[in-house]
Amino acid sequence: MKVNPDHTFLEKVEELSGQSVNACIRCGTCSAGCPFVKEMDVLPERIFKKIVLGDKEGILEKNTMWICAACFTCSVRCPRDIDIAKIMEAVRQIVLRDNIDMIDISKIENIENLPQLAVVGCLRKETG
Amino acid sequence: MIFMDGYLYYPGCTLKTKASDYEESAMAIMEALGKPLVEMDNWYCCGAVQSLTTDDLIHQIAPIRTMCCAQEQGEKVLVTLCDMCYNVLKQANQRMKDQPDDLDTMNDFLDEDPDYLGEVEVYHLFEILRDMKKEISKKVVKPLNNLKITPYYGCMLLRPTGIAIDDTEDPKIMEELLGQIGVDVIDNPKRTECCGSYHTVNRSDIVEKRVEDLVARAVEDGADAIALSCPLCQFNLDYHQRTTDYEIPIFYLTELIALAFGLEVGMKKHWVDPKKMLKEKNILK
Repeated sequence: MKVNPDHTFLEKVEELSGQSVNACIRCGTCSAGCPFVKEMDVLPERIFKKIVLGDKEGILEKNTMWICAACFTCSVRCPRDIDIAKIMEAVRQIVLRDNIDMIDISKIENIENLPQLAVVGCLRKETG
Repeated sequence: MIFMDGYLYYPGCTLKTKASDYEESAMAIMEALGKPLVEMDNWYCCGAVQSLTTDDLIHQIAPIRTMCCAQEQGEKVLVTLCDMCYNVLKQANQRMKDQPDDLDTMNDFLDEDPDYLGEVEVYHLFEILRDMKKEISKKVVKPLNNLKITPYYGCMLLRPTGIAIDDTEDPKIMEELLGQIGVDVIDNPKRTECCGSYHTVNRSDIVEKRVEDLVARAVEDGADAIALSCPLCQFNLDYHQRTTDYEIPIFYLTELIALAFGLEVGMKKHWVDPKKMLKEKNILK
């Protein structure tokens, strides 16, 4: 793990999320209840450790924040009252605000069958 | 109050198209209950998912504009059917109530006149139905006694905690409504787990695994069908069963209530045809 002592990434995540990442004690309650954890390269609490240590590259190369669908299960269960969905959103936004989109609307398959709210929701979460 | 005998209703994009079965059945049962849903004169797409960053007021504009429209119609209560619309409108509205500075900024930006005062309350249809149990019982002409149904809540009615319509971990609102129409309610320990949501657009493999897990449990526990209200959950659980060994109907709860009221409405746009099962059970001819 790369450790970046300037902590600008941590500050940005905390500013965008309004949450204290340092409050995380890595108890794993978020991972235990997450319905998508098997799809994630790195568990949510490990991402928080990387944020605290300033390992921005080590986070952005993982898929964890994109697999999170903001279902808020972890947010309502966190014993430290961290709204984890907001931290995942902040990390997504840091990428998207660099003009990196995760989906190309012209390449969506099966769009004629998809309900509108799925497409709108996906584009809101995965494009800048 | 303009609609003393009914409720001002916000549809959202999907209720007018892919989820028209939900709108049709909800309208029919509320009409039967003497509290018709009256669509707003004007409304905007809510954005489907709540934007969660602190500096994103731009993404709150669409839902708050809709709240302005409700205020303009003289209403203090706005009812939604779609779970995602409910969640977005409720969270955006709550932010305006909790953070007056954000409301001021919003009003400075919006052309709408007068300013939004933050006084409209957002409700989901199930909250309205919860308070009408006696009226519902009186309207049941065909109790669905031989139907085994398991409820599925998904995420957006229950989380985050501040906007939940029921206990976040142990909700009962759907079980109670199903009981009211005579259904044999099958307990569902997975009823609050996410279905995969918008991953259906570009990561459908994830949704397929979720659907397999959720439907398998319902079937193993003896359910004939699942009842829910979110149009995205409905699509995911219904459409993606094609990749599983299962084929059970995914009803909007309002379609079942309508059936118990003797009304055959909705049930047209499902991928797994619910009428086949209902005929086998002699509920439909």
